[in-house]
Amino acid sequence: MAHIVASFDEDLVQVQARISEMGGLAEELFAKSLDSVRNRDADLAREVIARDKDLDDMEMDLEESVVKTIALRQPVANDLRVLIAAMKISSTLERIGDLSKNIAKRAIPLSSARPVQLTSSITRMGRETMNQLSKALNAHASRDVDLALEVWNQDYEIDEMYNAIFREVTTYMVEDSRLIGVGAQLMFITKNLERIGDHTTQIAELVYYIVKGETLEDRPKGDPTGVIFAES
Amino acid sequence: MDKWLYIVLSLIAASVLAAVATLEVAPPLIFVAALLIAAGAWTFADRMFPNESGAEENGEGYSGEDESEGDPVGPETTGTYFAPGFARTLIENIPGPVMAVSEKGRVTYYNAAAGQEFPQLKNANHFANVIRAPAFVAAVTETLKDGVARSTRFTTFDSTGKLFLANINRTDPDEESDFGTQAVIQLEDYTLVERTERQRSDFIANASHELRTPLASIIGYIETLQNHARDDPEAQERFLAIMARQAERMQRLVDDLMSLGRIEMNQHVKPREALDPISIMSDCASAMLPLAEQDGAVIEVDLDPSIGIEVMGDRDQLSQVFTNLLDNALKYGGEASRVKVSSVMGASGGKIGITVADSGPGIPRDKIPRLTERFYRVNVNQSRNRGGTGLGLAIVKHILTRHGGRLEIASEEGRGSRFTVWLPLANRKESAA
Repeated sequence: MAHIVASFDEDLVQVQARISEMGGLAEELFAKSLDSVRNRDADLAREVIARDKDLDDMEMDLEESVVKTIALRQPVANDLRVLIAAMKISSTLERIGDLSKNIAKRAIPLSSARPVQLTSSITRMGRETMNQLSKALNAHASRDVDLALEVWNQDYEIDEMYNAIFREVTTYMVEDSRLIGVGAQLMFITKNLERIGDHTTQIAELVYYIVKGETLEDRPKGDPTGVIFAES
Repeated sequence: MDKWLYIVLSLIAASVLAAVATLEVAPPLIFVAALLIAAGAWTFADRMFPNESGAEENGEGYSGEDESEGDPVGPETTGTYFAPGFARTLIENIPGPVMAVSEKGRVTYYNAAAGQEFPQLKNANHFANVIRAPAFVAAVTETLKDGVARSTRFTTFDSTGKLFLANINRTDPDEESDFGTQAVIQLEDYTLVERTERQRSDFIANASHELRTPLASIIGYIETLQNHARDDPEAQERFLAIMARQAERMQRLVDDLMSLGRIEMNQHVKPREALDPISIMSDCASAMLPLAEQDGAVIEVDLDPSIGIEVMGDRDQLSQVFTNLLDNALKYGGEASRVKVSSVMGASGGKIGITVADSGPGIPRDKIPRLTERFYRVNVNQSRNRGGTGLGLAIVKHILTRHGGRLEIASEEGRGSRFTVWLPLANRKESAA
């Protein structure tokens, strides 16, 4: 890994560190958006909405420093992959921030509506998605391909949870038409969680790409025999 | 010392030649030869006895090569720059995690406890790659800049979900060692404190809700016994039997809730004992045989105890996992069920899977993701009739989280269900820590 120009090493380390910092902020915003749904806390939701801007700024800064590094050092092979992947991961994390912001936005009207039993299923799915994201970021920080593959292979648990909650919410809305408004908000929150799960898988794929120089294909999806993993 | 013997001998030879040279005709030639012999002896001695070379040349005991390797800013450096001796031993043995970070954010030192808590810690790695919580990163960065001590709380978002308090200070630059300012970080684990608080409220919420039904039924029967059934011994006997069953159910529920509480409290503490899960499963299966016979069920055990697999675990908890799964298979495996126990190695190695399969009616697909939820039952009445508390799989999930393992559930309606426990083998990260 050592380069003749020691400051290039420093550049790469700093890029990696910025990704971890962005990851930390994305995790926190996501966790807080889930808390705001669970605890019906509109103030917390507003905090998430306001802080998403920080994540956007971090993405712009990172992109700029990656472009500068590529232009200045003209990296090849592994170094180039690290930098390309850094750009992609930072925009993925920025998307996760946006989705968290969207969850928080929906938590505000939910906080003034009647509490519903369904939120517990959703926070459970949220916690599972959170663990996956955290694992993917750990895999990136320590270049752990096995851990990345684990994340990649487990995403369909989240897809299955999504399907189960979808059915649950639909039934709920059919039973009582007054709850259609709340149900629609919950449906969007669940969809956002499923999207965050997919973005997480993409981070895992990029970790694999950095280390192996190849891309992963044909991610396992929830299959009709109903093979499901009940979280680690 | 042999080297010096050589040099002295060759010098004698040289001086003999020199002495001859003064007598004989071609003095400059012989004098040059003498010098060559002496120089040759020196290099030869050097090559023969390399260990003794150098030390005499350099009063500080350093050879040139060592100095070039000791570059303290190179990313490959593995050693720590920490002063050796007593101070270092002292900090190394502090039970809580302690680490130091350079001005550029690189980890320069961490003690044994920190290495155990954060296996991804490496010298020269950036600290944000190890702990990325925004509050923590901001506090370390600020303290490095202004030298003001800070404290901050942060949580990790993996399945163990820990809460830490970080105390951050800055050292002055050490001029003697050209060692710049460092942030010194000391971490305190607050997970247990926080969990104790949360658990108290969880316990009350769960227990009160679930205990209400049996309690209401017992109160109802007591009222009947006090009034209508006062003089009816036959009814009394029947009611008392029902009351006993309900009271037993309450007791089981309280036992399970307390057991779940204990497991949750320790969920973030990694188990330290190396155990053979195959032999634990065999024992559990044997212990369940009488119960299976009572129900007319069969337990087939297809395990090879001779492979000698080891995982880091807690014996009682692993027994509880296997017993709960076997118990479920017997309870919900339908009439005269056939329960099969088998093992499989993970595809990429490093993992062992132990499967309990039943021949029951199977579980609908949309119910599977909710199975490990507390008090979730696929079929409430069937579960209650069988004395289930709705906590069995929640307990299994929490124990496996602590063990770094997971539960895999595969089921097809009409074809039975397979519950596989995946556990990481012992010899990977744990034994290195």
